[in-house]
Amino acid sequence: MINIITHYSHQLLSGFGWTLLSSVLALFFSLIIGSLFAIMEILPNKTARFVGRAYVELFRNIPLLVITMFFYLIIPLYLVKINGFTAGTIGLTLYTSAFIAETIRSGIQSVDTGQMEGARSVGMTYWQAMRYIILPQAFKIVIPPLGNQFVNLVKNSSVLAFVAGFDLMYQANSIASTTFDTINSYLVIGVLYLIITMPLSYYMRYLEKKIA
Amino acid sequence: MSMIEFHDVQKYYGQFHALRDINLEIDKGETVVLIGPSGSGKSTLARTVNGLETIQSGQLIVNNRDLSDAKTNLNILRRDVGMVFQHFNLYANKSVLENIMLAPRIVSHVPEAENKKAAMDLLDMVGLADKAQNMPSQISGGQKQRVAIARSLAMKPKLLLFDEPTSALDPEMIDDVLQVIKQVTSASDMTSLIVTHEMGFAKEVANRVIFMDAGQIVEDDDTKSFFSQPETQRAQQFLSKIITH
Repeated sequence: MINIITHYSHQLLSGFGWTLLSSVLALFFSLIIGSLFAIMEILPNKTARFVGRAYVELFRNIPLLVITMFFYLIIPLYLVKINGFTAGTIGLTLYTSAFIAETIRSGIQSVDTGQMEGARSVGMTYWQAMRYIILPQAFKIVIPPLGNQFVNLVKNSSVLAFVAGFDLMYQANSIASTTFDTINSYLVIGVLYLIITMPLSYYMRYLEKKIA
Repeated sequence: MSMIEFHDVQKYYGQFHALRDINLEIDKGETVVLIGPSGSGKSTLARTVNGLETIQSGQLIVNNRDLSDAKTNLNILRRDVGMVFQHFNLYANKSVLENIMLAPRIVSHVPEAENKKAAMDLLDMVGLADKAQNMPSQISGGQKQRVAIARSLAMKPKLLLFDEPTSALDPEMIDDVLQVIKQVTSASDMTSLIVTHEMGFAKEVANRVIFMDAGQIVEDDDTKSFFSQPETQRAQQFLSKIITH
């Protein structure tokens, strides 16, 4: 194991960097996209609700690998050339955003309806009630399941290996095929994944305690 | 001058006919109590007045605004129409003081110092000035309801709707809340519509009683005559069951 770390530190570090970058980008964009679709799903407008629902059902019911392959193979064929890292990160973002949308939607809907009525009855608009009363309460409810989604996202970023995204998984495959030391190759990256996911889990738990 | 006017109002929940042929006029300054058995449409009627429930046909005019017109801005109407709920509906993420100050701040843009003073005065009036910094989860049901009344008063409403304000309270808490409601509704320029099961209280505060059954207004009379000699058999039956218990 030490052997692999010393000999392939450059590859491992680069893989760690790409995994981290892909995860951070996907987390940022999936949180924004997911929140937008969550809100669309609960709007009074029927068309908005339908679009929100359709998006969520589409991306959460297709395997991540299939979505990623679609962006890697089909988009370059007809639209623009994108590399594996970009295709993988887009796939990861869309896939995760569907789950985040579901998480946030259920969080908003689990806030007691009386809260909305109380706010509307004193003359607040729908969006004022959302901003000052509903969303702050929903945010609190949503933190633990959102933490799960974030950790899943980091682990799912290993999908990049299938589209030449140069991430940790990709590097482990490559190291394993040159050294034939499969066990240690994957052990090392397992530890590297933990280095990202463990602090993330702890941070989410800290946030949960701090806000509750 | 009337504050509320119902003209042939109908309300359905799917197939269920919740309000039937409602015709009703409530003048400014009146204190009207709405009674009747569960499921008779009392709460629904009160909730149509500030647009929390929509009506399917007929005309409903509140504070000179036509609620049957889809173009009417309900947010503006609701600034003048306060509501007190059975389950209080205090904002769980805001302190007692913030519950009262929020709407004046973001809806009617009252200056902060003036807003705070008014809120503290209201808390004083309901006897809860010492709870200003508490969260709603830290106070009792009766206290919550008194805060909710203060919150609705902070917008200086012309009309107050009470939807079974004491039904979710411990028996010991009810009296404090009723005293506050009595004080608030007795102001000469305040119009109030109160849905309640507290008959003693109804007798004491109301100058008019409306009795509903199966979505219809069955009887509409001044308080004294209603309780001493109800006209309809349905109302007699209802009162005999309540008072003898």
